Amino acid sequence: MRYLVAKDSREAVALLNTGEDARLLAGGTDVLVRMKLEGKTPDLLIDIKEISGFSDITTENGGFRIGAAVSGAEMGEHAALKAMWPGVVEAVELIGSTQVQGRATMVGNLCNGSPAADSVPAMMAAGAMARIEGPAGTRDVLVADLLEGPGKTKLGKAELVSSVFLPAGLPKAGDAYLRFIPRTEMDIAVASAAVSLVLDDNNTVAEASVVLGAVARTAVFVPNAAAALVGSKLEPEALSACAAACAAACSPIDDRRGTIEFRTKIAGVMATRAAKIAFRRAGGKL
Amino acid sequence: MKQDFKILGTRPIRPDGLDKVTGKAMFGADKSVTGMLHARILRSPHAHAEIVSINTAKAEALAGVKAVITGDDFADVENSATRYTMQNCMAQGRALYDGHAVAAVAAVSKAVAAEALKLIEVEYKTLPHVTDVDEAMLPGAPVLHEGVKARTLGDDVSGNTVGYYSFGHGDLETGFSEADEVIERTFKTAAVHQGYIEPHACLADLGGDGRGELWCSTQGHYMVREVCSEILHIDASQLRVTASEIGGGFGGKTTVFIEPVALKLSQKAGKPVKLVMSRDEVFRASGPTMSSSIDIKIGMTKAGKITGAHAKLRYQGGAFPYEMVMMGAMSAFAAYDLEHVQAEGWDVMTNRPKMISYRAPGAPMAVYAVESVVDELCQKLGLDPIDTRLLNAAREGTKSSYGPTFKAIGLVEALEAAKAHPHYSAPLAPNTGRGISCGFWFNFGGQVSVSMAINADGTVSLIEGNPDIGGSRASISMMAAEALGIEFDRVRTIVGDTASVGFSDVTDGSRVTFAVGIATIKAANAAIKEMCKRAAKIWDIDAEAVEWVDGAAQPTGHNAGDFPPMSLAEIAATSGKTGGPIAGHHEGAPDKAGVSFGVHMVDVEVDPETGFTSIKRYTAFQDVGKAIHPAYVEGQIQGGAAQGIGWALNEEYIYGEDGRLQNPGFLDYRIPVASDLPMIEAVIIEVPNPGHPFGVRGCGETSIVPPLAAVANGVAHAIGVRMFALPMSPPKILKVL
Amino acid sequence: MSKIHVTTQVNGDAVEFLCAPDETLLDVLRDRLNLTGAKEGCGTGDCGACSVTIDGRLVASCLVLGAEVEGSAIETVEGIGTADALHPLQRHLLEHAALQCGICTPGIVVAAKALLLQNPDPSEEETRYWLAGNLCRCTGYDKIIRAVLSAASELRGENA
Ligand SMILES: Cc1cc2nc3c(=O)[nH]c(=O)nc-3n(C[C@H](O)[C@H](O)[C@H](O)COP(=O)(O)OP(=O)(O)OC[C@H]3O[C@@H](n4cnc5c(N)ncnc54)[C@H](O)[C@@H]3O)c2cc1C
Ligand code: FES
Ligand code: FES
Repeated sequence: MRYLVAKDSREAVALLNTGEDARLLAGGTDVLVRMKLEGKTPDLLIDIKEISGFSDITTENGGFRIGAAVSGAEMGEHAALKAMWPGVVEAVELIGSTQVQGRATMVGNLCNGSPAADSVPAMMAAGAMARIEGPAGTRDVLVADLLEGPGKTKLGKAELVSSVFLPAGLPKAGDAYLRFIPRTEMDIAVASAAVSLVLDDNNTVAEASVVLGAVARTAVFVPNAAAALVGSKLEPEALSACAAACAAACSPIDDRRGTIEFRTKIAGVMATRAAKIAFRRAGGKL
Repeated sequence: MKQDFKILGTRPIRPDGLDKVTGKAMFGADKSVTGMLHARILRSPHAHAEIVSINTAKAEALAGVKAVITGDDFADVENSATRYTMQNCMAQGRALYDGHAVAAVAAVSKAVAAEALKLIEVEYKTLPHVTDVDEAMLPGAPVLHEGVKARTLGDDVSGNTVGYYSFGHGDLETGFSEADEVIERTFKTAAVHQGYIEPHACLADLGGDGRGELWCSTQGHYMVREVCSEILHIDASQLRVTASEIGGGFGGKTTVFIEPVALKLSQKAGKPVKLVMSRDEVFRASGPTMSSSIDIKIGMTKAGKITGAHAKLRYQGGAFPYEMVMMGAMSAFAAYDLEHVQAEGWDVMTNRPKMISYRAPGAPMAVYAVESVVDELCQKLGLDPIDTRLLNAAREGTKSSYGPTFKAIGLVEALEAAKAHPHYSAPLAPNTGRGISCGFWFNFGGQVSVSMAINADGTVSLIEGNPDIGGSRASISMMAAEALGIEFDRVRTIVGDTASVGFSDVTDGSRVTFAVGIATIKAANAAIKEMCKRAAKIWDIDAEAVEWVDGAAQPTGHNAGDFPPMSLAEIAATSGKTGGPIAGHHEGAPDKAGVSFGVHMVDVEVDPETGFTSIKRYTAFQDVGKAIHPAYVEGQIQGGAAQGIGWALNEEYIYGEDGRLQNPGFLDYRIPVASDLPMIEAVIIEVPNPGHPFGVRGCGETSIVPPLAAVANGVAHAIGVRMFALPMSPPKILKVL
Repeated sequence: MSKIHVTTQVNGDAVEFLCAPDETLLDVLRDRLNLTGAKEGCGTGDCGACSVTIDGRLVASCLVLGAEVEGSAIETVEGIGTADALHPLQRHLLEHAALQCGICTPGIVVAAKALLLQNPDPSEEETRYWLAGNLCRCTGYDKIIRAVLSAASELRGENA
């Protein structure tokens, strides 16, 4: 294996395009674990952390652009970002331990393609856009449109994600992310939910987005669950309709981390609990 | 028995502590020597397979590879137990479980060794496998080894059933007929791993002349020497084993997994070889404890008296014959004074890694099942769980369910302390339940050697042969200082290698403070005797006319007051002129260890929507006889409680249909993390063991016995439904809600 | 695999080493620099025994390549406290008997020090979550958490 530090994204793209088995290295908390457990190395590992701008969190059109090499810890320390998108930041901060937080990136979490990736539902609910650089230039796509299946994304050959853009938060809006794990830390989500809400002047839900993680081949929007919340003040009927819609949207697997039955049951629990947090963050009272 | 101690019961800083907080301490993988090779082991991906052939030619041809070995490199040994150990370290003919070693490589670097493993070609023919204990006992199950079935058993069980034991007395029929309520339940518990953070590691150097040096992380380096010299067919005297600092064991380092392999590679390559297991190897191929399937039947009167009790324990212990269910059968009902009781046990082989001891081996699952049924009876009959246990509690003079009559024991004291503790009367929040359980462990004595030198400057050097797994050098120094009457920091205790002090059994069975303690006191007494002699010589009086008081020789009898006391330091300073160096030593096998009982109380909250259980409050009461260093005793109690909580809630070996282990890592083998637990209050109770001069019982193991049922009982009260299988992971709890 | 030349700082000293491209920082520290204070409990980021800081940031050194630390400053347990002048954390760990086997201790020292630099007055809960990636199998964490909290209080000058 060779290890190279890319100076800019053009170089990284070019290196990805050489025909070798090349892999990008951001925080490495997935890449290095896989190398260790599989006992295999790629031909080329391309470190993207030195690329200018990749380690920055910048404001843009009232929102935030988060570089591909920004660590979870850095996001957690960014007060303004946290104030605008608390759900996204809390999702990122749930990834691994403090030690893992020191390295892991949100973009790596996305590109690793795990259906249980914590930051992905939160990014989707926030309407995040990924900026993609590739041989054909630069394009922006919704994070939701990048997901393909376990271990896979829709990135094309030699493409990389250089940053993720979180749009300007609206007034009276709030987001939240919750996951279920058997312990309190150091586990991978068994089921998770991100909810993003906008309230009207009445504190009634005007817009909602509900996304589930770890219950299907990718994180999934649950439009019916969102619809159940719109027009409500999270009354019990609205919440149970939301939960039922979540259960209906689940198509999980049985594995060592959870059963189909269990995942299906708790997905709605996570969603309704996250909805309440998002609601409060948006200024609503329960 | 002595009661007024100067040093015992204080909390000095452990002598090895500084090295451990600064990173200097040398653990198993921390030693390197120049010219050493790195070894790796190739492991079977199959649960059960015939090894048709192994072709190592390509690996041997790889540049940098210095030796490759397989099972064929190991000559047979006479003793069958040693043969099984050897075949567990390196398969011969058949791979018996996922992770079973089939070949090993030593090379100039880790990378080359890893590369070489990929070049070894193994042809397997897979065989039917079995990993569940009940299935493994069925006639017709794939049998792991022929001809080892317990002789007393009939055709109703398979050849995997290698042991049968029964303990008890009275007549069960009579007992159950006297009951107002009889409950009969079946339980299952998963296999769990000791989970020490330090993987097995060693550095071996075995020359062609049969002389060897071995550095390893072990609970017993004499055991390592005996087993390895037998397997390698060399004299015990030629193999010197040095125990590294040990990064946890809990019973899991009371056998060998890699040492014979490293020695054989070193012998073949003619160079030192370092071998360190990966975490995945630790889970797949070092011993977890047994899984179990248990039937319990207990009868009780309306007043809470247990009239009859019957346990049937079926333990699954992996791929080789073993004996451990006996401990479970002996422990099951030890807490109770019963007229009609029987506990039976079956040891069963399966296609899993060979079990090895885990803290109070065999007891936690048996006691979990018993204490769950006792709790259910109390619930059904509307009885207080502590009062009921007090009513039935074993005490001094009780004929135990496993035979012996108890001497002074502290169960009643522990139960009374629990009852009086504010925790017991604290109000409970919604969705919260309080669980109680008793627990028991024997504690052991065993063979021990201690050698103590009184140095000319008045300090004391003590060599003992038991690896220090949790602060024992501190408590041994404390006992030496107490016995000699000197300050703690004048004594330095080291763990000697196998060539520097006599044989010592493995650090297990909660025996070190007890057995090494006794040997230390006896060694000190021998040194004291000599020091009195020297003082007598200086004073020119009879040796019998000198006694040892507060660290000094004093004339007694008609010479009393004739001379001022002569301190250890003064006697030591002139020892060169009064007859040479002064020392004391003791070799023996003390056998009067005292059994230890504990009572744990826990408040658990169960999230009714997710089945998630959180531990809200935990208090553990334990009779330890005498707490030499109370902080380390508390630590043992807290650590055992935490392990038991993990066992109860989330830890388990998960096997797929293919017989492969699905969770060989800390991400999915879920031991408790810091945020999972509250503070764990340890309440020390001291009912002195009459078999030890300071009253020590041993304390390391009892604490893992009660938590399983305590947590299970708490969950039962929190959710109003009782679970009959461990772990009580959230999916299982939510299913019954 | 050709080796990579790396210049870095370890515990304040300039250090240069050669490493294979796939060699972890943990392997470099232990095998090449003879700093065996960081331990390998898992090699996959799960146990925290290999904790070090890179430019002040707490990481698991088993999840960092040696090649990645070019130009950065690394601190390991060997750089914290000396026998004569222990860091208060180390002293409190000893005084609380917060170690049994001690294999997790170096990682705990490094991780807890990073905590107190960022949050001098952590609650018990914050401390438990911060240290959730540092597995300890011996102690049940009770004494570790107490030691960290009392070291924090000493460092704040409350009961020095
Ligand atoms: C102990 C431990 C606990 C963990 N816990 C969690 C958890 O709770 N929740 C969770 O979701 N994950 C968890 N993870 C997984 C991992 O930490 C996260 O997925 C993390 O966000 C990955 O980020 P990274 O920067 O480390 O990615 P890397 O490992 O550097 O990369 C991940 C993948 O994405 C690719 N990649 C990286 N950057 C780009 C880019 N800019 N463009 C295109 N492709 C790219 C890489 O080639 C690789 O395939 C855990 C990992 C460990 C070791
Ligand atoms: S060895 Fe790095 S986290 Fe376990
Ligand atoms: S003290 Fe042994 S793992 Fe922490």
